[in-house]
Amino acid sequence: MRNSLYIVIVGCGRLGSHLANQLSRVGHAIVVIDSNEETFNDLSPDFSGFRIVGDATQMAVLKQAKLKRADVFFATTHGDNVNLMVAQVARKLFNVPHVLARVFDPRREQIYDQLGVETICPTAVAAEMFLMAVASHRAAAGEVKS
Amino acid sequence: MKVLMAGRGKTLYFLCRNFTAKGYTVVIINRDREECVHLARQLSALVVCGDASDATILKEAGAMDADVVLAITPNDQDNLVICQLASIQFNVPRVLALANDPDNAEIFEKLGVSAFSTTHIVGSLIEQRASLEQIINLMPVGEGRVNVTEIILDADSPVSGKLLKDIILPKNALVAVVIRSNQPIVPRGDNDLLAGDRVVLITLPENHGAVLKAFTGERK
Repeated sequence: MRNSLYIVIVGCGRLGSHLANQLSRVGHAIVVIDSNEETFNDLSPDFSGFRIVGDATQMAVLKQAKLKRADVFFATTHGDNVNLMVAQVARKLFNVPHVLARVFDPRREQIYDQLGVETICPTAVAAEMFLMAVASHRAAAGEVKS
Repeated sequence: MKVLMAGRGKTLYFLCRNFTAKGYTVVIINRDREECVHLARQLSALVVCGDASDATILKEAGAMDADVVLAITPNDQDNLVICQLASIQFNVPRVLALANDPDNAEIFEKLGVSAFSTTHIVGSLIEQRASLEQIINLMPVGEGRVNVTEIILDADSPVSGKLLKDIILPKNALVAVVIRSNQPIVPRGDNDLLAGDRVVLITLPENHGAVLKAFTGERK
């Protein structure tokens, strides 16, 4: 793998801007796309990537981001369906090698596994951590008791 | 036939009225509670209130035994996901998505979902009805990369009375069929064209105007 990757991030909310700031800081080439220009205020002053204002469900916007050259693509908007659509377009039409989509609804996650889109479901991840915390707490309490 | 429709507004309303009049069973999925009440009162269709890109809502609407799912919401991403869910999770045999952005029609097809763009359809209707009187039919095929145009030649046409081989056509254009007194002929170079002939042309959007001009001449 090259040291510097070309990474396109759709959605510059809390997650998108956080990823953009961190990845830019370690030297990757970043493009962030958001339909709301104000969200770019969340980018840190030393963010050195590009910003595109536009709706990523429109092909023209993705072309503008030079998706053909991208190594990694993140879809992190607040709309599950937006993320799923742009992730499929990035993977299947622009052949981006690594595509990740955030999907809040765990039921939707399953179906997109079938379509070859790698998804991360914050709801499922958080639920798992809660359950693990409870389990480890109980285990610790059990050890104390026995 | 059972048709599931996700969407809103007048298009949905009139389509549903049209389908129920034909005897189809129609189920509407709409997110807006107020519009749902209104639709349920006015139409003889089952109305389900909710997000059609949610599998539980599709199930509630009876996607299992639907013959067709039609997604015509104003959001392309929703239309795509609704159709993919319907076909993958519920094995609906035919799904159709509206592409609000005409570019998305092609993208949806590539992602395995049949799609249409009203912009394309209305655009070609306007060209067909309003541009030239001689055009009686214009149909874009191959996602709009090819036009099939039917024109009628009149006496003023610069090609009337000429042999096909003497007509200079732009590249990538073809006279596919000539219909003379209801008799279709697939013409060769030694066929002639006469006023009153109906000619079916294959053109590309980039040479369409030039080809038409060759057959109809300059007109105001």
